[in-house]
Amino acid sequence: MTSHKKMPIGGRAIEPGKSEEVETGDWRSFRPVVDQELCIDCMSCWIYCPDSAVIVKDNKMTGFKMTHCKGCGICAKACPKKAITMVEE
Amino acid sequence: MADLAINGDSAIALAWKQIDPDVCAAYPITPQTIIVERFSDYVADGEVNTNFVCVESEHSALTLCTASSSAGARTFTATASQGLAYMWEMLPITSAMRTPVIMAVANRALSGPININNDHSDAMAARDCGWVMIFAENVQEAYDNAVMAPRIAEHHDVQLPIMTNIDGFILTHAVERMTPLDSTAVKKFVGDFKPLYPLLDWKNPVTHGVMDGPEYYYKHKYQMVEAMEHAIKVTEKVFKEFKKISGREYHLVEEYRCEDAEYVAVVLGSSYGTMKAVVDELRAEGKKVGAVMPKLYRPWPDKHVAAALEGKKGVAVLDKHAPIGAYGALFSDVCTTLIDMKDAPAVYNYIYGLGGKDAKASDFRTIFEDMISGKAVKYNFMGVEE
Amino acid sequence: MSTRSIKDLTKLEPKMASGHRLCAGCAEGIIARQVLMATDKPVAVANATGCFEVSTSIYPYTSWKVPWIHTAFGNGAATCAGLEAAYQSLKKQGKITDEMRFVSFAGDGATYDIGLQALSGAMERGHHMMHVCFNNEAYMNTGIQRSSATQFGASTTTSPAGSVIPGKGEYSKDMTMVMIAHDIPYAAQASPHNWRDLIGKAEKGFECGGPAFLNVISTCPRGWRTANDSAISMAQLAVQTCVWPLYEYENGKLTLTADSERIAVGKQEKKPLMDWFSAQGRYKHLTKDKYIPLVQTLQERLDAKWERLLKLSKL
Repeated sequence: MTSHKKMPIGGRAIEPGKSEEVETGDWRSFRPVVDQELCIDCMSCWIYCPDSAVIVKDNKMTGFKMTHCKGCGICAKACPKKAITMVEE
Repeated sequence: MADLAINGDSAIALAWKQIDPDVCAAYPITPQTIIVERFSDYVADGEVNTNFVCVESEHSALTLCTASSSAGARTFTATASQGLAYMWEMLPITSAMRTPVIMAVANRALSGPININNDHSDAMAARDCGWVMIFAENVQEAYDNAVMAPRIAEHHDVQLPIMTNIDGFILTHAVERMTPLDSTAVKKFVGDFKPLYPLLDWKNPVTHGVMDGPEYYYKHKYQMVEAMEHAIKVTEKVFKEFKKISGREYHLVEEYRCEDAEYVAVVLGSSYGTMKAVVDELRAEGKKVGAVMPKLYRPWPDKHVAAALEGKKGVAVLDKHAPIGAYGALFSDVCTTLIDMKDAPAVYNYIYGLGGKDAKASDFRTIFEDMISGKAVKYNFMGVEE
Repeated sequence: MSTRSIKDLTKLEPKMASGHRLCAGCAEGIIARQVLMATDKPVAVANATGCFEVSTSIYPYTSWKVPWIHTAFGNGAATCAGLEAAYQSLKKQGKITDEMRFVSFAGDGATYDIGLQALSGAMERGHHMMHVCFNNEAYMNTGIQRSSATQFGASTTTSPAGSVIPGKGEYSKDMTMVMIAHDIPYAAQASPHNWRDLIGKAEKGFECGGPAFLNVISTCPRGWRTANDSAISMAQLAVQTCVWPLYEYENGKLTLTADSERIAVGKQEKKPLMDWFSAQGRYKHLTKDKYIPLVQTLQERLDAKWERLLKLSKL
């Protein structure tokens, strides 16, 4: 652990977004699986994910950030095309 | 600037005007009201750039000030008694967040029963909160402390909030002669606020006010302990620099006729002035007495207090505050200094002046007479008939 | 209604990182992400003590990629006001030139109860800031205790459904109306299920030039005793039953929006209150036969409140 001499004073956390180093994906009991045949890239899963764990590249939903997905299942429930299924880890 | 006949509150407001802080958020409470009212006049007449926020409570006042200072703005406030009590939740947070908020406290008795007169119970109840605390004997010191405060609090080795204490009504409202500094001299002396990791620097986003586990909390507290240690040297340095521009010399521990004194009285605030008059009276009768005021109260200037009390036969410590169920606050602090001193003087606690009860020279005289006659006892609650 | 497309939104730089410790399926994460998408200007966040604050600021693993401050619990709005006051001063002195926006995040405890005073003061003083309430209808972070936002009959740990008393015995406070009574430029109720409505409201809140209040229904699967994946569907149900109407108050005019507007003109079905109760563990006791008269009273009261809202929207 860092010495108090090297820590910024006042408890200021000076590395923005350092929480990315905490892999909350470890929490999962279920993982989302997307059937790209059914996916219409509506981005509902992306906007409803509390953990920013849906990956979007060039207007396409390409998958999930499994290091951080907690397996809540909101994406599967929200998908209008039932393209996402929750599968046991 | 010519000398002024001015009360302590107005003197502080004048110092604020000359410093021109970025933000001030305050809630009125007797006897601090004149500070905010006078300052509001300056704001309304466009004499300052200050964003003066009339908050709806003291809790919000200190919150707003803490956030404003974290944002990167030089921020001032003032309060007293119940107002300080209402801020209490935030007091240790402001210091832990290392935000150098500058606060004038018009010392007034804590309720209950409600009492608007002077004593030190409000400041003393907050003495563990990690704020630098200095006291003033008179209106001149009230002004001078207000000018020096930002230099102490904002120093990069300190970065702690500061309370400048002045006795309610006795100093806040009573008019005394005061020599102000020129506004340019004040501005030059105080300089610019150079915050560390200010929030308004959005290109370098920082998180302030985090949640700590035990290991980090412990280390963050130790950083504060170190900062308080630095505050002793920093305050001495600021006093030295202030002497150069004002001609007035201040010490961490003020001493009056102590060099060859056998018995000294330790006292804070305006009563130090009364005590000096009593010392003169007794000295004229051939008694070897002296008076001491720890002008810097927090951090406790242990070595400087020891130097003042070494070799004395007896020390009376006067507390204008009664911790119910224990000895006086100032008494307890003096004891920590005496505990490892070789041939330490005998030490006695005198509780006086609570709720504005008159702190008379005749009462102070009896304190010395007690010590000289050998009749002094450890704890004395002055002025209550048995 | 936001006019931006969802694909536009996916291109925005996220202001919050993953790795925060909110429960799986917590609506607060969804709401915060949507609100932060509503401005392109540099934004600083103040956050009252609560689930969202503790989960995103565990030292040194901050989730925040924008300036963020927490001080204490009942003073979230005053904390935000402090940022804004410093900004106004430094901008006036020419020490800052960029336009910035300020948002205050707080739960219902830090908005309706302990935080009410500071919020009222900040709104009255006209600070250019937006206070967003994550309304999960109880003090969730400390263990699901009742707040003044908790609805009548809800079972919480300090108003449990027991054999004698069936949950909370008081009606909830209408905080959005309290804020409207402050005559602020913008106030609204929103739900994360209708992101276009929510983001549009947040956009207006950021740009109204003064204090704004956005009250958002925030499903807490843990506290409401619903499934992990219920955040969006449960928020939607709150709106469909008119338990949580969607509306905005802008420069003196109150307007129903989105689902609520459609329900008002008969284009969308108004679901019965019992649908709301039977979907959640915290209301399960009210499905018993002996509470049929109580549920009837609650439905009538809800309907009367809805009618008042309709009348207000026609002024």
